[in-house]
Order: sequence, then C-alpha cells, then structure tokens
Amino acid sequence: MLALAPDAASRKAGTRLGAAGPWSGTGRDATGAVWGLCKGSGSTPYRTVVDTTGPACSCSCPSRKFPCKHALGLLLLLASDDTAFRPGEPADWAAAWIAGRRARAAGKGEPAAGGDGARGPVDTAAARKRAERRAERVTDGAQELEQRLADLLRGGLAATDRSGYGLWEETAARMVDAQAPGLAARVRELGAITGSGPGRPVRLLEECGLLHLLDTAWLGRDRLPDPLAATVRTRVGLPMSAEGPPVRDHWLVLAQYDTPDGRLVTRRIWLYGRRTGRTALLLSFGAAGRAPAQALPVGATIDAELTPYPGGGRLRAELGEQFGATAPAGPPPGIAAAAAPAVYGNALREDPWLDAWPVTLREVIPVPSEDGWQVADAHADTYADGRTGSALPIAPAALSRPGLWKLVALSGGGPVTVFGEIGHRGFDPFTAWEPGEGEEEAGRSPGGSIVQLV
Amino acid sequence: MPRTTSPITSPASASLDSLPWEELVTSALLGTDRRPPTPRGGPAPADAPAALLDAAALHTVRQRAGLLPAVPEARPEPAAPDPRPALPEAARHRLAHLLADRSAPSGGGRRGTAPDLTELIPQWLATANRRGYRAPAALLPALLDAARARTDLRPQALAFAGPRGLWLAALNPDWKFALRGSASGPLRPDITDPDAVARLWEEGLFAERIALLDAVRAQDPPAGLALLAATWSTERAEDRLMFLDSLRSGLGGDDEAFLEQALSDRSRNVRATAAELLSALPESALAGRMAARATTCVNPDRTGDAASIAVEAPHECDAGMQRDGVIPVPPTGRGERSWWLGQLVEAAPLGVWEERFGGRPAEEIVALPVADDWAGELHTAWCRAAVRQRNPRWARALLGRPSAPPASGPGTASIAERSKLLAILDDDERASWVAGFIAAHGLSEAFQLLGVCTVPWAGPLGRAVVDALDIARDGGSYPWSFSGVMGLAERCLDPAEADRLEVLTAAQDELEGASPGAGGYWSEAFQRLVSTLRLRAAMEAELMP
Repeated sequence: MLALAPDAASRKAGTRLGAAGPWSGTGRDATGAVWGLCKGSGSTPYRTVVDTTGPACSCSCPSRKFPCKHALGLLLLLASDDTAFRPGEPADWAAAWIAGRRARAAGKGEPAAGGDGARGPVDTAAARKRAERRAERVTDGAQELEQRLADLLRGGLAATDRSGYGLWEETAARMVDAQAPGLAARVRELGAITGSGPGRPVRLLEECGLLHLLDTAWLGRDRLPDPLAATVRTRVGLPMSAEGPPVRDHWLVLAQYDTPDGRLVTRRIWLYGRRTGRTALLLSFGAAGRAPAQALPVGATIDAELTPYPGGGRLRAELGEQFGATAPAGPPPGIAAAAAPAVYGNALREDPWLDAWPVTLREVIPVPSEDGWQVADAHADTYADGRTGSALPIAPAALSRPGLWKLVALSGGGPVTVFGEIGHRGFDPFTAWEPGEGEEEAGRSPGGSIVQLV
Repeated sequence: MPRTTSPITSPASASLDSLPWEELVTSALLGTDRRPPTPRGGPAPADAPAALLDAAALHTVRQRAGLLPAVPEARPEPAAPDPRPALPEAARHRLAHLLADRSAPSGGGRRGTAPDLTELIPQWLATANRRGYRAPAALLPALLDAARARTDLRPQALAFAGPRGLWLAALNPDWKFALRGSASGPLRPDITDPDAVARLWEEGLFAERIALLDAVRAQDPPAGLALLAATWSTERAEDRLMFLDSLRSGLGGDDEAFLEQALSDRSRNVRATAAELLSALPESALAGRMAARATTCVNPDRTGDAASIAVEAPHECDAGMQRDGVIPVPPTGRGERSWWLGQLVEAAPLGVWEERFGGRPAEEIVALPVADDWAGELHTAWCRAAVRQRNPRWARALLGRPSAPPASGPGTASIAERSKLLAILDDDERASWVAGFIAAHGLSEAFQLLGVCTVPWAGPLGRAVVDALDIARDGGSYPWSFSGVMGLAERCLDPAEADRLEVLTAAQDELEGASPGAGGYWSEAFQRLVSTLRLRAAMEAELMP
C-alpha cells in the first residue's frame, strides 16, 4: 500500500491518517470503492474517494500529490480495520465520481495510460520541418563536441585534472543548447569520472571513445541500418515514440524503483512477459521530489499490451491497454551466472552504448569476495566445458545498497533466484525470490515471495 | 561488433586497432601532439585524435562484449536451518511497517493522533518470540539495524533473528554487536561437556567466563560455586567482584561457607558484596551476628504506658562489624552513628523484630511510635532489608495503605523505595496497590510506580489510570504534562480497554478556566491512545497461529 505513496512525506502523513481518529462517514460499496470524510485543518472536512480496483482516487484537498495523504490514509485504514467502513451506497459526493469513473472504464478499458486521444490533429509538414531543424542543431552540436574531444586528445587527458568540472559542465551546457540531452548527459558523466580515483584515465578514454562513436554514428546515421539508426537517435536524446504492433502478454512486475536525475525523478518498472519471454522496461518521470504517476505493484502479474520503443534493443516500452490482473506466478526461468556475460555481449551488438542488460539468474549464491561480493552458480560443476568462471562480481553501485544484505539474508548461504542487470561493471541485483521451504533438492519451483532489493 | 562501426570509421584509423590498449591510454593521457599513436610500420595517422578515439571505442566495446565470468571465491558456510514456522502474512507486513517507520525521519514535534510505531517494536518482538515464529529472511537486515540502534531491543531481536540472523551478522561488521554473546542467543556456552566447561573457564576471555559462570549457575548452583572456588585465589580483584555478583542467582545455604571466607577478602568491594549476599540468607551466621547487634540498638521502650520503640545507635564500629561488611565512614553529611545503625538494621533478618516485639505482626511494628526522631532512619533501613530479603509481609507493612497521604503514614514516603517494595509483591497485589494510590493521589507521582507493574495492566489498574487521565483533563491542564503516563498507557493498557476509551476521544467544549486549546489536544491524545490500543490488538491477533 505504502509503495503507492509519491514520497516519504506523504508516506508519513498517510500513516498518520491511517487511524480511525480523523475520519468520519467512512463507507464502502460492493464494487471496491471506499470513501470517507477526513478532518483537516480547515472547517470543512476533505472528501476522499478511492477506487481500489484501479487503484485511482479523488480528494477535495488542495494537495497536488497523487495519491494524496488522505487517500493513502483511507486505504491504510481499510487495510487495518475494515469494520470502520459501513457497507452500502456511496454518499452523494462520492457516488458522482465513482459513477463517472466506472462509465469511463466501461467505455474504453483502463483510461489513464495512453492519453493519445488528447493530442490534437498534427500538422505533419510542420512537424517534419521542426524535426529537421532540430536534427540540424544536433548535428552542429555533435560536430562541436567532436572538435572539443579532438582538442582534448591533442592536449592530453591529464590536462583535464586541472580544468576540473567546469570544462565538462560548460560542454554539457552547449549540448543542452544543441537540443541533444543524451550527449549532454554523457558529457556530464565524463565530468564525474574526472573527479574519481584510480583507473581514471582508462575509464575516461573508454567513455570518450564511446562518446566519439556516438557523435560519428549520428553524423553518419544515413548509412546505418534502421534499428541502429533508431538506437543512435535515442542515445543522442531525440524524442522517440513507441511504435509498432503492441505485444500482449501476462507481464510479471519484476521491480519498480525511482532514481533522482537532476531536476527529474525517473521511475523504472521492469516487466517480464510469461508467454513471450521478453523483458521490458517502462520509464516514467516526475518533477523532483514527486513520484511519477505510473505505479505497478511488484510481484503482480498483469494482462496487458506493451508497445516497444524503437532502438536500444527494443527494451523500453510503453504500457498500453490493461486487461486486469492474473494469478501470481514464480520468477522467470533464468540462466546460470556463467552464461550472463554472453547475454550482455549479444545485446551490445544492437546497442554498443549499453551499460547493462536485464537478466534473471537461477540458483546463485552470494559470496563475499576480497573487495565486495559475487554471485556464484550453485551448481558450477555442470559447466565443465573449459569455462572456469562461474561467478559475477556485484556492481559497485549495489554494494552500498541495503538490498544487497536482503539478498544475502534470503540466500542464507544457499541458492536463490535473482533478477538484475549484468553489465561491464558487474551484476546489479534488483529483485530476488525467497527460496521455498525444503527445496534444496528440487531444482525448480522456487515459488517463494518476491523481494525487491532496490 | 566491427560491423556497427565500419561504415562510419575513417579508413585512416583502421591500422590503429592493432595497437595495445596501454599505448592508446598513454597517448591519450599525454596528448596526441606529444605522443602520437603510431601503428607498427606506418606513419602516424593524419587525424590522430579521431583515429585514437575510434580505436578506443572499438577496444571498449570489444572488451565489454567479450567479458568472462569471474572465478568464484570460497562460499560461506550455509546458515543453520531454523525450524520455527514462518510468520503469518499479515504479521510479516506489520513487522516490515514497524521497522520501516523506525528509519523514516520523524515529522515535526507534535505527535498527533497516530500511534508511535517504534515504541511497539519491543512488544511485537516479545509476542512473536513467545509464539515461536521464525523471522522472515528479507527483514533480517532491518531488524539487525534496529537492534544496532537500540540496545534495549537486542535480546528480543536477536532471539527472533535466530541462527540466520547470527549468520548474517557475522558477514557485516555493522552488526558485530550480535556476536557478542546474548544471554538467550545460541552463543550460550555449551555446558553439557565438563571438559569444555573447565577449559573455557581456564582459558576464556572475561566475558566468556562470566557467561559460562552464569549458565552453569543457572543449571546447577553448586557446580557454579565449585567452578569459581577452584580459581578464586588467582582472580583479579575486579573480576572477583563480578564473579561474586553472579552468585546472586540461585543463592542458597550451600554458598555460605564460601561467602563467609570472602568476608576476609583483600578487596573492600568484594567484602561488601559478600556481606550483602550473606545478609540475604536469614539463616546465615552473618545474619545472626547482625541480628544480635541490631537488637542491642533497637528495643521496645518500657518506660511509657503505650508501646513504642527506643533506639540507641551504636557508639563504635568495631573490627567485627567491619568484617561483616559495615562501612565505618559515612558519606558526607550523615552522622556516623545513624549510618552504622542503618547498616545493622538493613542486614539483620526481619524475623527477629517480630520476636523482639512480643510476636506483633510487621504492620503493628511499623506503626509503633519511635523515640527521639529515629523513625525515618529505622523505617528506611527496614525498607532496604525487606527488598534485600524479598520479604512480602514487611514490604506490605512498609507500603501501608495506598490511599494514606504519603507524608503521614508509617513506612516510607519515597516513590523510589515504594517501587522497589512493590516489586516484591505479586502481580495482582502490586496492580491493586498502585490502582489505589492513583485513585487517591492522581498521576503526578505514579510514573515510577506504574513502571514496575506487569503488562498488560490488570483491569482495576487500567481503569484507575484512565479515570485519573479523565480527571486531569477536566482539571484543564495540557496533556503533555502527563505524556510519560500517556506513553506508558499506550504500551501497557490492556487492548480490550479501547472500546471503553472511545467516549473520551470526542472533542469537548472548552471548560471554564482551562488552558486554551487543551480540550482539542486531550481528545487528540486519547485518540492516539485508542488507536495504539487497537493497533496492539491487531498485532496480537495477527500473531495468533
């Protein structure tokens, strides 16, 4: 329930309202709607309605957070003490909203996600013209960046120590002006490498090389095959839209987490399609300090259509129509840790700028290593074909996260199934499944509950 | 991989691809002007920076695509299996919620109507342990973090965490505390093997030896004594003091000879502790000696008509008294004769007084007038004696009637001493005494007394507290004057009282002369009390098997 909260403050406030105290006139109907009046600081109480099937909510409070603390509190109250809710017909003010929502839902399934209908008729010619103008500016930006990289290499990377962040910040700002946010972000990361310790020249050269590769790929995009050209456009930061036939499947929600990203909060939701065996990533954004609106409960399986975005290995997708939830199921089949680097290697063929690729590892054991942790195959002896390695280092970013300890605790020294990203920095665990009881012998059916690690 | 770069790489750079990565890095670091990258057998490319970057990109992607899995390190020993049953689903969510709230930043000063979840963690853990559940593995890190921050949680949290929790703690230096023996944890020394016990006792660290002695003593008091006696003369004075303290549990007549010997110890603190332990054994020779001394000082006064007590404090503290633990030099501000008297009476078995005063029961003896202002000194000493000898008859007598005004009655008026005396009485008697006290005197002095009552509070006690809170509200003061008692009530009231309390949560009209806004705050405080009680009832229900 609290996972729905847009931020920590709402969570706290919602928890506070999750008690009978401030509520009056609470009730619920047979279709899953609940409502109540919450006494706030003003004279008139706030009217809060929640449709638990959505979930969706409406509240008369002025808060622009969604869901607001009153809706959260109402849901918490429902969870802790549903006798406080009088079953029956909704109050007038609640009935209107519920009826409206039901009517819309009946009309076109789940409304919220798409929103394409709202877009007005587009003047295609003008749009193309705008796109061309933007491409020209990006091209100018890419050429300028090439020039700057060349100057840098001529003078030597060692010189960047002295210029510090300023040089990169200024270059990044130029790329923002050139309307190439993807290039700007990469440049900014170069600045972060400048400040970091050993192995710096190597990482700096690697990233400069990849940045140069992206520049030249953009400048020569006419000669690239379509999928790769789409990848380049995405990486440069041009707006793309999901296209192509939607993929309907039973999607297991593997993980959902937010990362602050400058003035934005980026929410990533990882999905796994039972039938297609496909992993997809939903991205949504919110202003700083505020959670993006899209939320799916981790561990649930939804019957829905996804539309993939072009480029980048077609990992990113947009959530289309939802047809409801289905029975929960266990983790994706998964592979051995020893096989994971090859999966990443393959993905690089479609997108050489990829830092990592999603993968589910089956029956791995977290093992402490000299400067961190590894995940090692529990049954490494089955790979006796000359491969000696059967472990993946845990990515440095994950070492400081409390989730790592959850993973270790779940394992208890035994095998677990874990979903995460494998990349050149190592394996970054996102989600693990609690090993079922008494299944040390049985290789399959680790049907335990899902635990998010990020 | 080259497939993706070939269409856009300039032909001039192709030859750089064969250069070793290290040379590329060196060239990049120093600058292509100073150190142009030169392929073997060829001139440096015309556009050196671009060629270098092309080669670097190719190398980077090639190297990433060709990553190999690492060689695994030695696996940790798997955690010992935990046979306890898993938590019910709802209880598991509750625990996650309680632990998450602990780490959340506290929002502002006033507490509002929501329960203080952190304060409920100890109770939740105690119940879960009583029912014998296994901790969910995913919550172990949060649980250990909570126990790290709050030492009072540790025993229960570690018992709940079980073998998996200890296994985990051994892997993270942050949780080292868990490995320092907890009395109830599986780190308790194995005392079934006499050889291992003897070896640990001979070679162990001090903490290990203390734990061992406590464990052996709990199982078999004479064996613990024998262990200690064997090495007694070689122990350091500080250690002797700590070890001697371990004899407190399971203290009995068997220990007398050893303790009597310790009265001649080199260390004064050891001597004092030995004397204290002996005086808790009414049959001991020391108790007899103290009784003889005390009864020469305190006697029935036969001069007047009515029965009363005459006191003649000792005139000196001789070597015999000092050997029996009487400290000759009083603290600053106290007369030495009353100081000696107090120590004699405290160490004398209480039974001698009943004999001395013609078979009168303790109540009557306590009520007798005492000559020459000695009453305070004598009664205080009796209080200490009752606590030390755990004598409920005397404790009851010294407490007096709960409704009596504290200053007027016999016995003691000190709240601290009263709570110690109460601790000797059984649960029901303790609860009803405190209930009577609160009914008569209100809550202002009740906090410490409530602290010694068993949780959940018995019915009469709970009602007395609630009534007193209601009266305090009508009195017009602010609820935070009673925040200590409120907090206790949230944790200790029987959850079944919630319904009865509901009426108090209604906001009341402002009373004449009340502090401004007090009514609203009181109704908020009662709402919090009710919602906390409801929450505790829900927690309890979730943990039912």
